[in-house]
Amino acid sequence: MKQDIDKLIAGALSGEENSLSCLLAMVENDDTSASRILNAISPSLGKAYRIGITGSPGSGKSTLIDKLVGIMRGKGLTVGVICVDPSSPVTGGAVLGDRIRMEQHYSDDGVFIRSMASRGSYGGISKAVGVSVALFDAFGKDVIIVETVGIGQEGIDITRIVDTTLLVLAPGWGDSMQLMKAGILEVADIIAINKADLGADELADSIRDILTLSSRKSVPPVIQTQALNNIGIEDLYHELENQRGKHHHNEKNGR
Amino acid sequence: MNRPIRVLIAKPGLDGHDRGALTLAMGLRDEGMEVIYTGVRQTVENIVRTCSQEYVDVLGLSLLSGGHNYYFPKIIDLLKEKGLGHILVLAGGIIPNEDRESLKAKGVKEIFGPGSTISDIANYIRENVRGEDS
Repeated sequence: MKQDIDKLIAGALSGEENSLSCLLAMVENDDTSASRILNAISPSLGKAYRIGITGSPGSGKSTLIDKLVGIMRGKGLTVGVICVDPSSPVTGGAVLGDRIRMEQHYSDDGVFIRSMASRGSYGGISKAVGVSVALFDAFGKDVIIVETVGIGQEGIDITRIVDTTLLVLAPGWGDSMQLMKAGILEVADIIAINKADLGADELADSIRDILTLSSRKSVPPVIQTQALNNIGIEDLYHELENQRGKHHHNEKNGR
Repeated sequence: MNRPIRVLIAKPGLDGHDRGALTLAMGLRDEGMEVIYTGVRQTVENIVRTCSQEYVDVLGLSLLSGGHNYYFPKIIDLLKEKGLGHILVLAGGIIPNEDRESLKAKGVKEIFGPGSTISDIANYIRENVRGEDS
């Protein structure tokens, strides 16, 4: 990987996907390149809306992203998606299987999907994700979505690199004891209960009850969705937009 | 640096039989590779674009429908056109013996039919992918 970073950056700025893709690989494979790339693009950062989507395996994160991207594209927004799946602790190999849920966007020039393996990180994302998000930002994606490895409780690294964290749960996830435990529930900005057709009212009520008792300043919005049936996705999108407003407001107030 | 080899397993055209593709995806995972799978019934354009976005070293094409003489050369041509001619293209599925040579002449580097083992395929990949930074 000896290509000149400046040349790749120029290529990526002119819309060459191969150049952007190569930069992402350099970020993943080599820390020195990652810092050089970050330095080079740092003046052009800060325009994109960065959304992290996390939750347990099989809760429907990828399918929700597929539908959300559909809405964003309908509004003319360009989207970068980074999907992280686990690397084998035994062999280092991985099956990166999130992209397959987003097939309808494969041919859309306004959507760039990149799969990444966690490569030994255990916080739900990989080391490279932060700079990769910056790359999508610098190259003009309006929205960047990061899907974490399927996690349960402790994987909160994502919250440090995005503006809004969406936690996706599914019915059957657990009782109120689970909701009392520390971790991702303390920091999620929005909670979606997907597969709501399996009965989500009880879980939604418990979340509101328990989080009201917690030290959080406010209870995050809880939205019921059925990604496969395209139900509740507009509501979820509006909530993501609301959160974006809050984020920018807080920034202005010097948070 | 010892970066993992990245492989895209793709199924072009009208063929919904992906047990072999899935078996290979898991097998190559167990061989330490990062494997992406497109899903079934993909277009030439979508496969090539996925190769670009995922920065893969290897493209494994699986087809059992008989459409290989149509799809594989088209995919290889478009890879070249898009500046991705360096990707190692392998094929599997049901490829009659009489078609093997013409496919290889068109750029399919090796063909692994029924009876191939995961370790044969993995070893071939390791021998033929030169990590740019390793």
